[in-house]
Amino acid sequence: MTGTSEITMLQAINESLHAEMARDERVVVLGQDVGRNGGVFRATEGLFEKFGESRVVDTPLAEGMIAGAAVGLAMAGMVPVAEIQFLGFSYQAMHQVAGQIARLRYRSQGRFEPAITIRSPFGGGVRTPELHSDSLEGQLANLPGLKVVMPATASDAKGLLASAIRDPDPVLFLEPLRGYRGIRGDVPDGEHLVPLGQARTARAGDDLVVIAWSYQVEVACRVADSMAAEGLSVGVLDLRSLVPLDIAAIAGAVDHCGRAVVVEEAAQTGGFAGEVVATIVEECFWSLEAPVTRVSGFDVPYPVGMLEGAYVPDEARIATAVHRTLEMA
Amino acid sequence: MFVDMVSARTQAGRLWNLQRQGQVGTLAPIDGHEATIAATAHALDPAHDWILPQYREPLALQRYGPEVLDRYMLYNIGHPAGSCLPESVRVAPLQISLATQIPHAVGLAWGMTLRDELGVVTVFFGDGSSSEGDFYEAGNLAGVLGAPVIFLCMNNRWAISTPLHQQTAAETIADKAAAFGIGGVVVDGNDAAEVYDAVDEARQRALAGRGPTLIEARLYRLGPHTTADDPSRYVPPEEIEAARRDDPVQRLGAHLTDLGLWDDDAQVATETAAMARIDEAFEMALATPIAPDAVLDHCFAQDTQRMARQRDSLLGAPEAGR
Repeated sequence: MTGTSEITMLQAINESLHAEMARDERVVVLGQDVGRNGGVFRATEGLFEKFGESRVVDTPLAEGMIAGAAVGLAMAGMVPVAEIQFLGFSYQAMHQVAGQIARLRYRSQGRFEPAITIRSPFGGGVRTPELHSDSLEGQLANLPGLKVVMPATASDAKGLLASAIRDPDPVLFLEPLRGYRGIRGDVPDGEHLVPLGQARTARAGDDLVVIAWSYQVEVACRVADSMAAEGLSVGVLDLRSLVPLDIAAIAGAVDHCGRAVVVEEAAQTGGFAGEVVATIVEECFWSLEAPVTRVSGFDVPYPVGMLEGAYVPDEARIATAVHRTLEMA
Repeated sequence: MFVDMVSARTQAGRLWNLQRQGQVGTLAPIDGHEATIAATAHALDPAHDWILPQYREPLALQRYGPEVLDRYMLYNIGHPAGSCLPESVRVAPLQISLATQIPHAVGLAWGMTLRDELGVVTVFFGDGSSSEGDFYEAGNLAGVLGAPVIFLCMNNRWAISTPLHQQTAAETIADKAAAFGIGGVVVDGNDAAEVYDAVDEARQRALAGRGPTLIEARLYRLGPHTTADDPSRYVPPEEIEAARRDDPVQRLGAHLTDLGLWDDDAQVATETAAMARIDEAFEMALATPIAPDAVLDHCFAQDTQRMARQRDSLLGAPEAGR
């Protein structure tokens, strides 16, 4: 009989990796420290012992090579699940991610199936050294051919990762550093699949919807809960994946509420929140009762630890944006 | 093998004219590279061994099947099918982003090993590419894994206008194999037999599980970098003259003629057949249809919500354009 267990997002990811490796022998895990060490966060713990050194591979230290080798593995018919230890280090893999992985299917006109998953932690709140916290989802979403998946709950982390690994397209699976141990929840035991491209209503609400992804969904939910105490009905829509984007869910939520706030951790200019706002304008212009507000990081590089509290959107900034948007005529 | 070399040289001339007439796009002439490419292809087993080209190779890959030329002509006219070879042809699409195909080769060879597939992967690149990080990262990984890869560096002395001495201070590119802990050899890339033997040996070594080899084939780029390049701006005239005296096609032709294995009749017959063949491939390419919404095909396995709308919009569907 299948029940649920209360586990962390990290445990959910680990469970999903175990299940997918057991299900499909073509799945190989590669990256730095993913083998004997079980990953620097232990996301790959136990895989090396269970599936052996030929399927769980500690690679030399070179992000571009990890991404490039994944292309070749996919060409050979394998299903590589690569780990880039921190998303900020993927700048050194970007020529392979953007120039090769994203376009492998297109440039080969479907001959090669890039069933590649790249897992990578990102995001603020844990006072990491430089370049460990960058949010690059906007850049990645602007690369046609890539899917960008960003779970906000432990259950989704398990179910979306399984779907990502089974997906025939390349998926950047971005895991919030703060959520690894900071997010817990009931996760279905056994096989659990969450389809890519379907947003989730994290909180139902009538007055305004906050649209967010990854850890900011958690923050937005705390805001919605405290607003409920003030008698305000604030909903939260968790996009789950930026590509594919659930346009219908965004339109449905905004049409219903007439007001929206979009939250992201990345720098504002050129960020994905702008894409969400543009989608709202295209889909819901005549339902809008107020301008849509963005809450983003600032237009600076991701800062050092003592400054990140000012950079990363928090409950106060989101609450201010929600109040302002609700007060506009 | 020599027939392939002569055909490649002949067809290169035809392609040059087509490009000058504006009938095909910018391309990289093969002139000077024929011996190395044809000999490599002939030392490999097309049923099992992969070739990952850069962009100068297709005309001399006849051994991998007529589809290579057919698709190359599609590629040259800008048809999307130009980068898609049939499943049975173990040749990857041409690679424009230099050296990025080298880690693919290592990953592919690694994957073949994991799948217990017998075969080797040969990856072509140039002296310029040997400066890219991907070359070093991939060579290093191949060494660690002992992957069945042949790194085939066609050192043609020029990366567009950058001469070899400004590309590397190393005495040979093959020396760099030492950093990967693998074997490296220098061969005369104008000597088809020498290239054949080196590739054959590297292949046997890889198949025996004794790992990758870096082969540096020294040759000379007899033409421009591409049809858009004017090498008279930077190549010393005496250098190109000297290189022409060591033309790999003429060299093997003279040798075979001395042996009584080649004559003018064979030359003319080969050139005539090669011309007819490329013209046929060109006509086929021109006649290959393109769907009106082909620009949206093969990006993802299935259209996303947004792409489905873009497809409707492109096709002028009444509900489109939101």
